[in-house]
Amino acid sequence: MAEQTSLSSLAAGARDTLPMMVGAVPLAIIFGALVAAGPMALWHGQLMSAAVFAGSSQFIALGLVAGHAGLLVIWLTTFIVNLRHMLYAANLLPKVAHLPARWRWLLAVLLTDETFAVMTGFYHRHPQAPLGHWYFLGSALGMYVNWNLWTLVGLLFGATVPGLDKLGLDFAMVATFIAIVVPLLVSLPRLAAALAAGGLAYLWRDLPYNLGLLAAVLAGVVVGMALSRYRARGGAAQEDAA
Amino acid sequence: MNYALMIAGMAAVTIAIRAAIFVLGDRIMFPPLVRQALDFVPVTVLTAIVVPMAVAPHGQGLELTWRNPQLMAAIVAVAVCALTRHQLLTIVTAMLVFFGWQFGVLG
Repeated sequence: MAEQTSLSSLAAGARDTLPMMVGAVPLAIIFGALVAAGPMALWHGQLMSAAVFAGSSQFIALGLVAGHAGLLVIWLTTFIVNLRHMLYAANLLPKVAHLPARWRWLLAVLLTDETFAVMTGFYHRHPQAPLGHWYFLGSALGMYVNWNLWTLVGLLFGATVPGLDKLGLDFAMVATFIAIVVPLLVSLPRLAAALAAGGLAYLWRDLPYNLGLLAAVLAGVVVGMALSRYRARGGAAQEDAA
Repeated sequence: MNYALMIAGMAAVTIAIRAAIFVLGDRIMFPPLVRQALDFVPVTVLTAIVVPMAVAPHGQGLELTWRNPQLMAAIVAVAVCALTRHQLLTIVTAMLVFFGWQFGVLG
């Protein structure tokens, strides 16, 4: 295998994120088109993609603007909708804790669902990767440039591309997430946690502010923890009996 | 409304959420119980995002039918990945099944 360099790790991170960059294209264009059709100026839309860089909260903010919500409501909603990123950061912390502060800032600010998924797969395959942060940066920068570029296209030309949401390009995200999750389902507690979270996320999908997703994740974690502990205790009891 | 201020606030909130834990770095150590819980985050979050997109792709009711290309391709993806453990093969096969189903089978 070729020698790993920081540049090749950067490129590999971007390459492995490519399916999700494709999946984000229609979303970014639709976001830009919605801004162009609404009360905000075009540069506001670009500023949002550049400074907030969080798809679902950007869409929800547009809805709240249209509904004449106040600033505090919009900020609080952003907080709740994006709270899942804190779980991502906590999960990834052991892999970045040794990095200089400027690296940790950079990677944190660019952390999205997609890059979290890609990094989960990467660290599963390479538990010890000295250049993992370059791979991380490649994935994050790929998503960032892609999201901002296609936001611009949407702002300028979005209204002229009808039926974009009907193509189903966002399925690329589903396919990639499945390819990352299935190899992780190596134990019964993990499988049960995933099934519980998936089922409950469907049942609770209409709760406001992504709260259904957050609650489903917490419930899934509790199921997984309970099963692990039950099995650990069962194993210990068997050893006692032996 | 001052949209620039609105966006600045949204950015500040989002950056605070994303960076709060990373900036602490080595100074934060999670107790074993929390670490065990965090270990379940990837499988639960990613599954929770995917399942509604596959079983109810139009955000309406359940579409548990062969006429739902998202569901059919997702099932194929799970099967291919479980059998081969090959990420790229899984993604490519799933996309081919998805578009084939959408434009070929259902026309």
